[in-house]
Amino acid sequence: MKEAKTTEMVKNASKKRFKVKRVSLQLYSMCIPAIISVFVFSYLPMVGVILAFKNYKYSKGIFGSDWVGFKNFEYFFKSKDFFVITRNTLLLNTIFIITGTVAALFVAIMLYNVKSRAKTKVFQTIMITPHFLSWVVVSYMVFALLNPSYGLVNALLSKFGIKGIDWYSTPNAWPVILTLFSLWKHVGMDSVVYYAALMGIDSSMLEAAEVDGATNFKKTIYVILPTLIPLITILTILKIGNIFRADFGLFYQLTRDVGALYPTTDVIDTYIFRTMRVVGDMGMGAAIGLVQSFVGFVLVIITNAIANKIDPDAALF
Amino acid sequence: MTKKENKSTGLKKAEKKRQFILSFMFVIICAIILFPFLLLVSVSLSDEKDIVFNGYNIIPRVFSTNAYKYVFKNPTSILNAYKVTIFYSVVTMVLNTLVMALIAYPLSRKELKGRKGMSFYLYFTTLFSGGLIPTFILNTQYLHLGDTMWIYILPGMVSVWHVFMLRAFIQGIPNEIVESLRIDGASEYRIFFGTIIPLSKPVIATVMLFTFLNKWNDWMTSMLYINDQKLISLQYLLQRIMLNVQLLQQSQQAGTSDMIDATQLPTETVRMAMAVAVAGPALLVFPFFQKYFTKGLTVGSVKG
Repeated sequence: MKEAKTTEMVKNASKKRFKVKRVSLQLYSMCIPAIISVFVFSYLPMVGVILAFKNYKYSKGIFGSDWVGFKNFEYFFKSKDFFVITRNTLLLNTIFIITGTVAALFVAIMLYNVKSRAKTKVFQTIMITPHFLSWVVVSYMVFALLNPSYGLVNALLSKFGIKGIDWYSTPNAWPVILTLFSLWKHVGMDSVVYYAALMGIDSSMLEAAEVDGATNFKKTIYVILPTLIPLITILTILKIGNIFRADFGLFYQLTRDVGALYPTTDVIDTYIFRTMRVVGDMGMGAAIGLVQSFVGFVLVIITNAIANKIDPDAALF
Repeated sequence: MTKKENKSTGLKKAEKKRQFILSFMFVIICAIILFPFLLLVSVSLSDEKDIVFNGYNIIPRVFSTNAYKYVFKNPTSILNAYKVTIFYSVVTMVLNTLVMALIAYPLSRKELKGRKGMSFYLYFTTLFSGGLIPTFILNTQYLHLGDTMWIYILPGMVSVWHVFMLRAFIQGIPNEIVESLRIDGASEYRIFFGTIIPLSKPVIATVMLFTFLNKWNDWMTSMLYINDQKLISLQYLLQRIMLNVQLLQQSQQAGTSDMIDATQLPTETVRMAMAVAVAGPALLVFPFFQKYFTKGLTVGSVKG
């Protein structure tokens, strides 16, 4: 009797072990397409960063081209472009982060105060729509507003007796224009996350504040805002981690790649693109790309470590 | 929220006023958001001569649908770009979402060994990348994807954020469901297709929507990899028309001959009509997904 029971148990155990193995084999097999795709299109290009140390010749290929050491980097760091594009990238991204966060917070908190669910939904839907347009389409809108011969802005200016401005050759206006359109495109989507967090606020806290006679303004400052601070911190830190990466479409399409605007709108990503397409210097472009990737990598690691200290749950890894 | 009965009428009045001011403010914000759309549509529905003499206006001074007639009569380039774009957008929407969901499910199983390593394998690609130029050389010189339909489909199949969104959602499905199905002898594929996918509708719909729109709005791939005019995407065609309106005339002349004289091309209005025709489908798709959208998006939106 006893023996039979143990053999039964052993059988069951091995059956179970077999089943666990079969389950995990099936699970692993599900991962294969994604793993291969990421390997080919994300990891293989990493090998290509050796281009940064080479004088790339099309005929010789990546591996056959001659090594030039750090010459590409040296050339880039010594050029005057280095300062301009780094300044533009950092400055504009900083402006985008600050204005974007403030605007998204404002919209989310105000939306939270709207009591009618139907209205909230309509407002939110409208504000999200620009997110789903390509920068090419947005560039048409910008063109419709700013185009020097027919544009709406110049028409308005002339009504007030102000002479029209040739916007596409006025670089100083573009940090403002780009910021406005970046806000226009992203504010709805960015506010969704904050709004969702607000929906999680314990309403008894707000009711208690109300009983204590807090005004709506005070409720916002002392109850609502503090609950969002961890989220604001984390999202901002993550954005700072990406501060060296510019939104290529925004800078390339909206400016219509007009050379006169480069002094204020040329960023690392557009510069790399031109190095590749116009200048045709692959080694140099790869070198700038490597610098960007590397600095971005270090920044994300640092900012993530900070996030980890503030709130371990909010850190990415 | 339940209304408190002991509130005085004065307070209620104040609240009503507040709600009115808030609504008014949002109406203004929404008007600002919609303004560029309106301008685009208005110019596209205007008469070309009026535009040339008087400039753009937010309401058409002289109404005309000529620009649209022109866009959709112009057979070769635009219709072809539509076909190409619709094809690869729909294919990638289904294929990419499937590939991502397929890895998201195993990654959501806590008992699976090595899932953390696999997550990091995916995540690392957002930290460091080879960059534009090595990617370009790999795709063209080694994989020979340039000037083929594959360049639209194969690269960028896996978006790490979408995988993590899917994973977070699937993790929220009670483990007992999966366990009981396993005891009943269902294979993992059966569990995945029969139960996990149907239960994850909101997040699947969200990821499908994002994938579709990303592809629909993609102009970069064409700009970098496509020389064959038959394979360029809609957005890239639009981009080129912005920089060179003559392009419309050229494709016009190459097309059928029963058209208006090419020199009389209504460039200003046609340009804007093109932009509306390109943006329109993307905006039309959105409402179909909206039911699921906010729910799918906010689950695990910050951290995967």
